[in-house]
Amino acid sequence: MYDFLNLFSYSFVMRAFVVGILVSLCASLLGVTLVLKKYSMIGDGLTHVGFGAMTVALSLNFAPLFIAVPVMFVCAFLLLKLRENSKINSDAAIALISSSSIAIGVISASLTGGMNVDVYGYMFGSILALTKADVVLCLVLSLIILGIYLFLYNKIFAVTFDEPFASASGINTKKFNTMFSILTAFTVIIGMRIMGTMLISGLIIFPAISAMGLFASYKKVTIAAVIISLVSFVTGMIASCIFSYIPVGAGVVVTNLIILIITRIFKYVFLKS
Amino acid sequence: MMLKVKDVSVSLGGTEILEKISFEVKKGEYVGIVGENGSGKSTLIKTILKQCPLKSGEVRFYDSLIKIGYLPQQNRDKNFPASNFEIVLSGCINGIKNKPFFTKADKEKAISNMERLGIEGLKNKSFDFLSGGEKQRVLLARAMCASEDMLILDEPVTGLDPIVTESMYEAIKKLNEEKHVTVLMVSHDIPAAAKYCTKILHIGKTVRFFGTSKEYLESEIGIHFTGRCCEHV
Repeated sequence: MYDFLNLFSYSFVMRAFVVGILVSLCASLLGVTLVLKKYSMIGDGLTHVGFGAMTVALSLNFAPLFIAVPVMFVCAFLLLKLRENSKINSDAAIALISSSSIAIGVISASLTGGMNVDVYGYMFGSILALTKADVVLCLVLSLIILGIYLFLYNKIFAVTFDEPFASASGINTKKFNTMFSILTAFTVIIGMRIMGTMLISGLIIFPAISAMGLFASYKKVTIAAVIISLVSFVTGMIASCIFSYIPVGAGVVVTNLIILIITRIFKYVFLKS
Repeated sequence: MMLKVKDVSVSLGGTEILEKISFEVKKGEYVGIVGENGSGKSTLIKTILKQCPLKSGEVRFYDSLIKIGYLPQQNRDKNFPASNFEIVLSGCINGIKNKPFFTKADKEKAISNMERLGIEGLKNKSFDFLSGGEKQRVLLARAMCASEDMLILDEPVTGLDPIVTESMYEAIKKLNEEKHVTVLMVSHDIPAAAKYCTKILHIGKTVRFFGTSKEYLESEIGIHFTGRCCEHV
Protein backbone atom coordinates (compact mmCIF):
# COMPACT_ATOMS: atom_id res chain seq x y z
CA MET A 1 0.00 0.00 0.00
CA TYR A 2 2.84 2.32 0.91
CA ASP A 3 4.45 1.53 -2.40
CA PHE A 4 1.25 2.28 -4.17
CA LEU A 5 0.78 5.66 -2.50
CA ASN A 6 4.39 6.36 -3.35
CA LEU A 7 3.40 6.25 -6.97
CA PHE A 8 1.68 9.58 -6.57
CA SER A 9 4.95 11.21 -5.79
CA TYR A 10 5.84 10.69 -9.41
CA SER A 11 4.72 13.73 -11.33
CA PHE A 12 3.88 11.75 -14.45
CA VAL A 13 1.43 9.63 -12.49
CA MET A 14 -0.23 12.74 -11.08
CA ARG A 15 -0.45 14.21 -14.57
CA ALA A 16 -1.98 11.02 -15.87
CA PHE A 17 -4.62 11.03 -13.15
CA VAL A 18 -5.51 14.69 -13.70
CA VAL A 19 -5.70 14.37 -17.48
CA GLY A 20 -7.54 11.07 -17.26
CA ILE A 21 -10.16 12.36 -14.87
CA LEU A 22 -10.81 15.43 -16.97
CA VAL A 23 -10.96 13.40 -20.18
CA SER A 24 -13.35 10.92 -18.56
CA LEU A 25 -15.60 13.80 -17.54
CA CYS A 26 -15.69 15.30 -21.03
CA ALA A 27 -15.97 11.98 -22.82
CA SER A 28 -18.90 10.81 -20.70
CA LEU A 29 -20.84 14.05 -21.18
CA LEU A 30 -20.32 13.95 -24.91
CA GLY A 31 -20.94 10.22 -24.98
CA VAL A 32 -24.56 10.54 -23.85
CA THR A 33 -25.30 12.94 -26.69
CA LEU A 34 -23.31 11.03 -29.31
CA VAL A 35 -24.87 7.67 -28.45
CA LEU A 36 -28.41 9.06 -28.48
CA LYS A 37 -27.88 10.93 -31.73
CA LYS A 38 -26.28 7.82 -33.20
CA TYR A 39 -23.04 9.66 -33.82
CA SER A 40 -20.85 7.10 -32.02
CA MET A 41 -19.22 6.19 -35.32
CA ILE A 42 -17.96 9.74 -35.64
CA GLY A 43 -15.95 9.40 -32.43
CA ASP A 44 -14.67 6.03 -33.53
CA GLY A 45 -13.69 7.29 -36.98
CA LEU A 46 -11.89 10.28 -35.50
CA THR A 47 -9.71 8.12 -33.27
CA HIS A 48 -8.56 5.94 -36.14
CA VAL A 49 -7.87 8.88 -38.39
CA GLY A 50 -5.92 10.38 -35.49
CA PHE A 51 -3.75 7.28 -35.29
CA GLY A 52 -3.07 7.34 -39.02
CA ALA A 53 -2.22 11.04 -38.98
CA MET A 54 0.08 10.80 -35.98
CA THR A 55 1.94 7.76 -37.29
CA VAL A 56 2.46 9.31 -40.71
CA ALA A 57 3.67 12.50 -39.02
CA LEU A 58 6.08 10.48 -36.91
CA SER A 59 7.43 8.73 -40.00
CA LEU A 60 7.99 12.06 -41.72
CA ASN A 61 9.65 13.43 -38.60
CA PHE A 62 7.00 16.03 -37.91
CA ALA A 63 5.53 16.65 -34.48
CA PRO A 64 2.62 14.21 -34.44
CA LEU A 65 -0.04 16.51 -32.99
CA PHE A 66 0.94 19.26 -35.40
CA ILE A 67 -0.35 17.12 -38.25
CA ALA A 68 -2.99 15.15 -36.40
CA VAL A 69 -4.94 18.08 -34.93
CA PRO A 70 -5.80 19.87 -38.19
CA VAL A 71 -6.45 16.55 -39.95
CA MET A 72 -8.83 15.53 -37.19
CA PHE A 73 -10.69 18.83 -37.25
CA VAL A 74 -11.23 18.50 -40.99
CA CYS A 75 -12.29 14.92 -40.42
CA ALA A 76 -14.77 15.96 -37.74
CA PHE A 77 -16.62 18.03 -40.34
CA LEU A 78 -16.35 15.35 -42.99
CA LEU A 79 -17.63 12.53 -40.78
CA LEU A 80 -20.54 14.69 -39.61
CA LYS A 81 -21.48 15.45 -43.21
CA LEU A 82 -21.29 11.74 -44.04
CA ARG A 83 -23.50 10.86 -41.08
CA GLU A 84 -26.08 13.49 -42.03
CA ASN A 85 -26.28 12.45 -45.65
CA SER A 86 -29.11 9.98 -45.83
CA LYS A 87 -28.26 8.93 -49.38
CA ILE A 88 -25.07 7.09 -48.54
CA ASN A 89 -24.35 4.29 -46.14
CA SER A 90 -22.44 6.39 -43.65
CA ASP A 91 -21.64 3.53 -41.27
CA ALA A 92 -19.83 1.75 -44.07
CA ALA A 93 -18.14 4.93 -45.29
CA ILE A 94 -16.85 5.76 -41.83
CA ALA A 95 -15.63 2.18 -41.34
CA LEU A 96 -13.75 2.41 -44.64
CA ILE A 97 -12.12 5.68 -43.60
CA SER A 98 -11.18 4.19 -40.21
CA SER A 99 -9.58 1.04 -41.52
CA SER A 100 -7.78 2.89 -44.32
CA SER A 101 -6.31 5.36 -41.81
CA ILE A 102 -5.00 2.57 -39.60
CA ALA A 103 -3.58 0.67 -42.55
CA ILE A 104 -1.80 3.74 -43.90
CA GLY A 105 -0.47 4.51 -40.44
CA VAL A 106 0.83 1.00 -39.87
CA ILE A 107 2.50 0.85 -43.29
CA SER A 108 4.18 4.21 -42.85
CA ALA A 109 5.41 3.16 -39.41
CA SER A 110 6.74 -0.13 -40.78
CA LEU A 111 8.55 1.65 -43.58
CA THR A 112 10.40 4.00 -41.30
CA GLY A 113 11.32 2.10 -38.20
CA GLY A 114 8.84 -0.59 -37.46
CA MET A 115 6.08 -0.86 -34.89
CA ASN A 116 8.05 0.70 -32.08
CA VAL A 117 7.28 2.04 -28.65
CA ASP A 118 5.97 5.36 -29.98
CA VAL A 119 3.46 3.71 -32.29
CA TYR A 120 2.45 1.30 -29.54
CA GLY A 121 1.89 4.33 -27.32
CA TYR A 122 -0.41 5.93 -29.90
CA MET A 123 -2.44 2.80 -30.24
CA PHE A 124 -2.81 1.90 -26.60
CA GLY A 125 -1.93 5.04 -24.69
CA SER A 126 1.06 5.96 -22.60
CA ILE A 127 0.94 7.70 -19.29
CA LEU A 128 4.62 8.49 -19.66
CA ALA A 129 3.86 10.62 -22.68
CA LEU A 130 2.09 13.45 -20.88
CA THR A 131 3.86 16.74 -20.33
CA LYS A 132 2.90 19.70 -18.15
CA ALA A 133 1.71 21.44 -21.28
CA ASP A 134 -0.65 18.53 -21.93
CA VAL A 135 -2.17 19.01 -18.49
CA VAL A 136 -2.72 22.71 -19.07
CA LEU A 137 -4.21 22.09 -22.51
CA CYS A 138 -6.43 19.40 -21.05
CA LEU A 139 -7.57 21.69 -18.24
CA VAL A 140 -8.47 24.47 -20.66
CA LEU A 141 -10.36 22.20 -23.05
CA SER A 142 -12.17 20.45 -20.21
CA LEU A 143 -13.32 23.75 -18.77
CA ILE A 144 -14.61 24.75 -22.20
CA ILE A 145 -16.55 21.50 -22.63
CA LEU A 146 -17.90 21.57 -19.09
CA GLY A 147 -18.88 25.23 -19.47
CA ILE A 148 -20.69 24.54 -22.73
CA TYR A 149 -22.56 21.60 -21.24
CA LEU A 150 -23.68 23.53 -18.20
CA PHE A 151 -24.64 26.66 -20.09
CA LEU A 152 -26.33 24.96 -23.02
CA TYR A 153 -27.68 21.86 -21.27
CA ASN A 154 -31.33 22.54 -22.05
CA LYS A 155 -30.65 23.27 -25.71
CA ILE A 156 -28.43 20.21 -25.98
CA PHE A 157 -31.28 18.10 -24.60
CA ALA A 158 -33.75 19.60 -27.10
CA VAL A 159 -31.43 18.99 -30.06
CA THR A 160 -30.59 15.45 -28.93
CA PHE A 161 -34.19 14.43 -28.24
CA ASP A 162 -35.92 15.98 -31.23
CA GLU A 163 -33.97 17.89 -33.86
CA PRO A 164 -36.94 19.07 -36.00
CA PHE A 165 -38.66 20.45 -32.90
CA ALA A 166 -35.49 22.17 -31.70
CA SER A 167 -35.01 23.69 -35.14
CA ALA A 168 -38.59 24.99 -35.20
CA SER A 169 -37.97 26.53 -31.78
CA GLY A 170 -35.22 28.73 -33.11
CA ILE A 171 -32.17 26.61 -32.31
CA ASN A 172 -29.54 26.38 -35.04
CA THR A 173 -29.26 22.61 -35.03
CA LYS A 174 -26.57 22.56 -37.74
CA LYS A 175 -24.32 24.63 -35.49
CA PHE A 176 -25.01 22.34 -32.57
CA ASN A 177 -24.15 19.23 -34.53
CA THR A 178 -20.94 20.85 -35.75
CA MET A 179 -20.15 21.80 -32.16
CA PHE A 180 -20.64 18.21 -30.96
CA SER A 181 -18.33 17.01 -33.70
CA ILE A 182 -15.61 19.52 -32.83
CA LEU A 183 -15.87 18.86 -29.09
CA THR A 184 -15.53 15.15 -29.84
CA ALA A 185 -12.40 15.91 -31.83
CA PHE A 186 -11.02 17.91 -28.84
CA THR A 187 -11.80 15.08 -26.44
CA VAL A 188 -10.31 12.44 -28.68
CA ILE A 189 -7.14 14.49 -29.22
CA ILE A 190 -6.51 14.83 -25.51
CA GLY A 191 -7.81 11.38 -24.62
CA MET A 192 -5.85 9.39 -27.14
CA ARG A 193 -2.57 10.31 -25.48
CA ILE A 194 -3.53 8.46 -22.35
CA MET A 195 -6.04 5.91 -23.58
CA GLY A 196 -4.70 5.23 -27.03
CA THR A 197 -6.57 5.59 -30.30
CA MET A 198 -7.85 2.03 -30.20
CA LEU A 199 -9.61 2.48 -26.90
CA ILE A 200 -10.68 6.11 -26.45
CA SER A 201 -14.03 5.29 -28.06
CA GLY A 202 -14.75 2.99 -25.14
CA LEU A 203 -14.40 5.90 -22.74
CA ILE A 204 -16.98 7.84 -24.73
CA ILE A 205 -19.55 5.14 -25.28
CA PHE A 206 -19.50 2.73 -22.32
CA PRO A 207 -20.58 5.12 -19.53
CA ALA A 208 -23.57 6.34 -21.55
CA ILE A 209 -24.73 2.82 -22.31
CA SER A 210 -24.36 1.70 -18.68
CA ALA A 211 -26.20 4.77 -17.41
CA MET A 212 -29.03 4.35 -19.92
CA GLY A 213 -29.62 0.88 -18.60
CA LEU A 214 -30.22 2.24 -15.11
CA PHE A 215 -32.15 5.47 -15.47
CA ALA A 216 -34.95 6.85 -17.58
CA SER A 217 -34.44 10.58 -17.20
CA TYR A 218 -31.90 12.46 -19.30
CA LYS A 219 -30.52 14.35 -16.32
CA LYS A 220 -30.04 11.19 -14.26
CA VAL A 221 -28.45 9.39 -17.19
CA THR A 222 -26.00 12.25 -17.75
CA ILE A 223 -24.98 12.41 -14.09
CA ALA A 224 -24.72 8.62 -13.84
CA ALA A 225 -22.57 8.47 -16.99
CA VAL A 226 -20.13 10.97 -15.51
CA ILE A 227 -19.89 9.07 -12.20
CA ILE A 228 -19.44 5.72 -13.95
CA SER A 229 -16.78 7.20 -16.21
CA LEU A 230 -14.80 8.70 -13.32
CA VAL A 231 -15.01 5.51 -11.25
CA SER A 232 -13.94 3.42 -14.27
CA PHE A 233 -11.00 5.63 -15.02
CA VAL A 234 -9.68 5.79 -11.47
CA THR A 235 -10.13 2.03 -10.99
CA GLY A 236 -8.55 1.20 -14.35
CA MET A 237 -5.67 3.55 -13.71
CA ILE A 238 -5.01 2.12 -10.26
CA ALA A 239 -5.13 -1.41 -11.69
CA SER A 240 -2.65 -0.32 -14.31
CA CYS A 241 -0.33 1.07 -11.64
CA ILE A 242 -0.54 -2.02 -9.48
CA PHE A 243 -0.33 -4.51 -12.32
CA SER A 244 2.14 -2.83 -14.59
CA TYR A 245 1.46 -5.22 -17.46
CA ILE A 246 -2.00 -3.72 -17.92
CA PRO A 247 -1.93 -0.66 -20.22
CA VAL A 248 -4.09 2.18 -18.87
CA GLY A 249 -6.48 2.25 -21.82
CA ALA A 250 -7.20 -1.45 -21.60
CA GLY A 251 -7.64 -1.34 -17.83
CA VAL A 252 -10.16 1.49 -18.06
CA VAL A 253 -12.16 -0.16 -20.83
CA VAL A 254 -12.32 -3.51 -19.04
CA THR A 255 -13.48 -1.74 -15.86
CA ASN A 256 -16.16 -0.05 -17.94
CA LEU A 257 -17.17 -3.43 -19.32
CA ILE A 258 -17.42 -4.94 -15.85
CA ILE A 259 -19.56 -2.00 -14.69
CA LEU A 260 -21.81 -2.41 -17.74
CA ILE A 261 -22.31 -6.08 -16.98
CA ILE A 262 -23.02 -5.34 -13.31
CA THR A 263 -25.55 -2.62 -14.21
CA ARG A 264 -27.34 -4.96 -16.61
CA ILE A 265 -27.51 -7.74 -14.00
CA PHE A 266 -28.73 -5.23 -11.42
CA LYS A 267 -31.40 -3.99 -13.81
CA TYR A 268 -32.54 -7.48 -14.67
CA VAL A 269 -32.64 -8.74 -11.10
CA PHE A 270 -33.90 -5.71 -9.19
CA LEU A 271 -35.63 -3.35 -11.58
CA LYS A 272 -37.57 -5.88 -13.58
CA SER A 273 -39.23 -7.19 -10.45
CA MET B 1 -52.95 37.93 -40.82
CA MET B 2 -50.37 35.53 -39.44
CA LEU B 3 -48.86 33.60 -42.31
CA LYS B 4 -48.75 34.10 -46.04
CA VAL B 5 -47.52 31.40 -48.38
CA LYS B 6 -47.15 32.65 -51.94
CA ASP B 7 -46.34 30.60 -55.04
CA VAL B 8 -44.16 28.20 -53.10
CA SER B 9 -42.51 25.51 -55.18
CA VAL B 10 -40.30 22.84 -53.66
CA SER B 11 -38.14 20.36 -55.45
CA LEU B 12 -36.35 17.42 -53.78
CA GLY B 13 -33.85 15.24 -55.55
CA GLY B 14 -34.94 16.54 -58.91
CA THR B 15 -38.63 15.82 -58.34
CA GLU B 16 -41.18 18.61 -58.03
CA ILE B 17 -42.96 17.96 -54.74
CA LEU B 18 -44.90 21.21 -54.48
CA GLU B 19 -45.90 23.55 -57.25
CA LYS B 20 -47.00 27.15 -56.73
CA ILE B 21 -48.72 26.70 -53.39
CA SER B 22 -50.48 29.84 -52.17
CA PHE B 23 -52.65 30.34 -49.11
CA GLU B 24 -53.05 32.59 -46.08
CA VAL B 25 -53.67 31.92 -42.43
CA LYS B 26 -55.39 34.46 -40.19
CA LYS B 27 -55.14 34.60 -36.43
CA GLY B 28 -57.35 32.13 -34.65
CA GLU B 29 -57.96 29.92 -37.69
CA TYR B 30 -57.68 26.15 -37.52
CA VAL B 31 -56.42 25.03 -40.91
CA GLY B 32 -56.41 21.37 -41.87
CA ILE B 33 -53.83 20.44 -44.51
CA VAL B 34 -55.04 17.32 -46.26
CA GLY B 35 -54.20 15.30 -49.32
CA GLU B 36 -53.29 11.83 -50.42
CA ASN B 37 -50.05 10.07 -49.50
CA GLY B 38 -47.14 11.75 -51.21
CA SER B 39 -49.10 14.94 -51.89
CA GLY B 40 -46.44 17.02 -50.16
CA LYS B 41 -48.20 17.85 -46.88
CA SER B 42 -45.21 17.25 -44.59
CA THR B 43 -42.88 18.87 -47.12
CA LEU B 44 -45.06 21.97 -47.04
CA ILE B 45 -44.85 22.10 -43.25
CA LYS B 46 -41.07 21.65 -43.30
CA THR B 47 -40.79 24.39 -45.91
CA ILE B 48 -42.87 26.75 -43.78
CA LEU B 49 -40.55 25.95 -40.85
CA LYS B 50 -37.48 26.54 -43.04
CA GLN B 51 -36.37 22.93 -42.61
CA CYS B 52 -36.71 22.32 -46.32
CA PRO B 53 -35.33 24.62 -49.01
CA LEU B 54 -37.66 26.64 -51.24
CA LYS B 55 -37.20 26.42 -54.95
CA SER B 56 -39.24 29.56 -55.51
CA GLY B 57 -41.95 31.58 -53.82
CA GLU B 58 -42.27 33.12 -50.39
CA VAL B 59 -43.20 32.09 -46.88
CA ARG B 60 -43.92 35.10 -44.73
CA PHE B 61 -44.83 35.29 -41.07
CA TYR B 62 -46.25 38.73 -40.36
CA ASP B 63 -44.75 38.71 -36.89
CA SER B 64 -41.11 37.96 -37.55
CA LEU B 65 -40.59 37.08 -33.90
CA ILE B 66 -43.46 34.63 -33.82
CA LYS B 67 -42.95 31.52 -31.76
CA ILE B 68 -44.21 28.27 -33.15
CA GLY B 69 -45.17 25.12 -31.27
CA TYR B 70 -44.30 22.21 -33.56
CA LEU B 71 -45.40 18.62 -33.19
CA PRO B 72 -43.32 16.73 -35.79
CA GLN B 73 -44.36 13.48 -37.40
CA GLN B 74 -43.29 10.69 -35.10
CA ASN B 75 -41.06 7.89 -36.27
CA ARG B 76 -38.72 7.77 -33.36
CA ASP B 77 -36.57 5.00 -32.06
CA LYS B 78 -37.45 3.63 -28.70
CA ASN B 79 -34.84 3.79 -25.99
CA PHE B 80 -34.33 7.49 -25.40
CA PRO B 81 -34.06 8.13 -21.68
CA ALA B 82 -36.20 11.15 -20.88
CA SER B 83 -38.92 11.82 -18.36
CA ASN B 84 -42.15 13.34 -19.62
CA PHE B 85 -41.63 16.47 -17.58
CA GLU B 86 -38.18 16.99 -19.13
CA ILE B 87 -39.73 16.69 -22.58
CA VAL B 88 -42.65 19.05 -21.96
CA LEU B 89 -40.38 21.55 -20.21
CA SER B 90 -38.05 21.50 -23.22
CA GLY B 91 -40.86 23.25 -25.09
CA CYS B 92 -40.01 26.39 -23.11
CA ILE B 93 -36.71 26.46 -24.99
CA ASN B 94 -38.50 28.55 -27.58
CA GLY B 95 -37.38 32.06 -26.95
CA ILE B 96 -35.16 31.19 -24.01
CA LYS B 97 -32.41 33.19 -25.73
CA ASN B 98 -29.25 33.01 -23.65
CA LYS B 99 -30.61 32.02 -20.29
CA PRO B 100 -29.04 28.70 -19.30
CA PHE B 101 -31.79 27.56 -16.96
CA PHE B 102 -35.55 27.31 -17.06
CA THR B 103 -37.35 29.64 -14.67
CA LYS B 104 -39.99 28.74 -12.10
CA ALA B 105 -42.56 30.26 -14.46
CA ASP B 106 -41.40 27.91 -17.24
CA LYS B 107 -41.81 24.91 -14.96
CA GLU B 108 -45.24 26.06 -13.86
CA LYS B 109 -46.25 26.49 -17.50
CA ALA B 110 -45.12 22.95 -18.27
CA ILE B 111 -47.15 21.53 -15.37
CA SER B 112 -50.20 23.57 -16.28
CA ASN B 113 -50.10 22.37 -19.89
CA MET B 114 -49.76 18.78 -18.73
CA GLU B 115 -52.76 19.29 -16.42
CA ARG B 116 -54.77 20.75 -19.29
CA LEU B 117 -54.19 17.55 -21.26
CA GLY B 118 -54.72 15.27 -18.28
CA ILE B 119 -51.18 13.90 -18.18
CA GLU B 120 -49.71 15.56 -15.06
CA GLY B 121 -49.65 12.14 -13.38
CA LEU B 122 -47.11 10.94 -15.93
CA LYS B 123 -44.67 13.69 -15.01
CA ASN B 124 -41.80 11.54 -13.78
CA LYS B 125 -42.44 8.50 -15.91
CA SER B 126 -40.29 7.61 -18.86
CA PHE B 127 -41.52 8.68 -22.29
CA ASP B 128 -40.66 5.33 -23.82
CA PHE B 129 -43.10 3.46 -21.61
CA LEU B 130 -46.16 5.49 -22.56
CA SER B 131 -48.93 4.44 -24.90
CA GLY B 132 -49.20 6.11 -28.31
CA GLY B 133 -51.96 8.44 -27.19
CA GLU B 134 -50.09 9.48 -24.04
CA LYS B 135 -46.95 10.15 -26.03
CA GLN B 136 -48.79 12.40 -28.46
CA ARG B 137 -50.31 14.33 -25.57
CA VAL B 138 -46.84 14.83 -24.04
CA LEU B 139 -45.61 16.16 -27.37
CA LEU B 140 -48.68 18.38 -27.70
CA ALA B 141 -48.03 19.76 -24.21
CA ARG B 142 -44.47 20.45 -25.32
CA ALA B 143 -45.74 22.32 -28.38
CA MET B 144 -48.09 24.32 -26.14
CA CYS B 145 -45.13 25.36 -24.00
CA ALA B 146 -43.31 26.45 -27.12
CA SER B 147 -46.02 28.79 -28.25
CA GLU B 148 -49.36 30.21 -27.24
CA ASP B 149 -49.80 31.82 -30.66
CA MET B 150 -49.42 29.12 -33.26
CA LEU B 151 -49.28 25.35 -33.32
CA ILE B 152 -48.11 23.33 -36.31
CA LEU B 153 -49.08 19.67 -35.94
CA ASP B 154 -47.92 17.05 -38.41
CA GLU B 155 -50.21 13.99 -38.31
CA PRO B 156 -50.87 14.22 -34.55
CA VAL B 157 -53.20 11.21 -34.44
CA THR B 158 -51.48 8.69 -36.70
CA GLY B 159 -51.51 5.23 -35.17
CA LEU B 160 -53.92 6.10 -32.39
CA ASP B 161 -57.15 4.24 -31.71
CA PRO B 162 -60.48 5.98 -32.47
CA ILE B 163 -61.29 7.00 -28.88
CA VAL B 164 -57.84 8.43 -28.24
CA THR B 165 -57.91 10.08 -31.67
CA GLU B 166 -61.15 11.85 -30.85
CA SER B 167 -59.92 13.06 -27.48
CA MET B 168 -56.78 14.43 -29.12
CA TYR B 169 -58.82 16.28 -31.75
CA GLU B 170 -61.12 17.63 -29.02
CA ALA B 171 -58.12 18.88 -27.03
CA ILE B 172 -56.72 20.69 -30.07
CA LYS B 173 -60.12 22.16 -30.91
CA LYS B 174 -60.44 23.41 -27.34
CA LEU B 175 -57.08 25.17 -27.58
CA ASN B 176 -58.19 26.83 -30.78
CA GLU B 177 -61.57 27.95 -29.46
CA GLU B 178 -60.77 28.85 -25.86
CA LYS B 179 -57.23 30.13 -26.12
CA HIS B 180 -57.45 31.41 -29.72
CA VAL B 181 -54.37 29.48 -30.74
CA THR B 182 -53.91 29.42 -34.51
CA VAL B 183 -53.49 25.82 -35.63
CA LEU B 184 -52.07 24.31 -38.80
CA MET B 185 -52.68 20.58 -38.80
CA VAL B 186 -51.61 18.00 -41.35
CA SER B 187 -53.92 15.03 -41.38
CA HIS B 188 -54.49 12.03 -43.58
CA ASP B 189 -57.94 11.70 -41.98
CA ILE B 190 -59.87 14.00 -44.29
CA PRO B 191 -63.37 13.61 -42.80
CA ALA B 192 -62.03 14.36 -39.29
CA ALA B 193 -60.14 17.39 -40.56
CA ALA B 194 -63.31 18.65 -42.25
CA LYS B 195 -65.20 18.13 -38.99
CA TYR B 196 -62.80 19.93 -36.65
CA CYS B 197 -60.99 22.52 -38.76
CA THR B 198 -62.34 25.91 -39.73
CA LYS B 199 -60.49 25.88 -43.06
CA ILE B 200 -59.21 23.17 -45.35
CA LEU B 201 -56.18 23.27 -47.61
CA HIS B 202 -56.26 20.23 -49.87
CA ILE B 203 -53.03 19.77 -51.78
CA GLY B 204 -51.85 17.28 -54.35
CA LYS B 205 -48.63 18.89 -55.46
CA THR B 206 -50.68 22.01 -56.26
CA VAL B 207 -53.52 23.58 -54.30
CA ARG B 208 -56.62 21.55 -55.07
CA PHE B 209 -58.82 23.46 -52.62
CA PHE B 210 -58.50 26.25 -50.08
CA GLY B 211 -61.50 27.59 -48.23
CA THR B 212 -63.74 27.02 -45.24
CA SER B 213 -64.53 23.45 -44.26
CA LYS B 214 -68.19 24.07 -45.04
CA GLU B 215 -67.26 25.08 -48.59
CA TYR B 216 -64.97 22.05 -48.79
CA LEU B 217 -67.72 19.64 -47.89
CA GLU B 218 -69.92 21.14 -50.60
CA SER B 219 -67.16 21.12 -53.22
CA GLU B 220 -66.58 18.39 -55.73
CA ILE B 221 -63.25 17.39 -54.23
CA GLY B 222 -64.64 17.50 -50.70
CA ILE B 223 -67.54 15.25 -51.55
CA HIS B 224 -65.20 12.89 -53.35
CA PHE B 225 -62.85 12.53 -50.39
CA THR B 226 -65.34 12.57 -47.54
CA GLY B 227 -68.02 10.68 -49.36
CA ARG B 228 -70.74 12.85 -47.96
CA CYS B 229 -72.17 16.32 -47.81
CA CYS B 230 -71.90 18.76 -44.89
CA GLU B 231 -75.32 17.95 -43.48
CA HIS B 232 -74.10 14.58 -42.25
CA VAL B 233 -71.18 15.98 -40.23
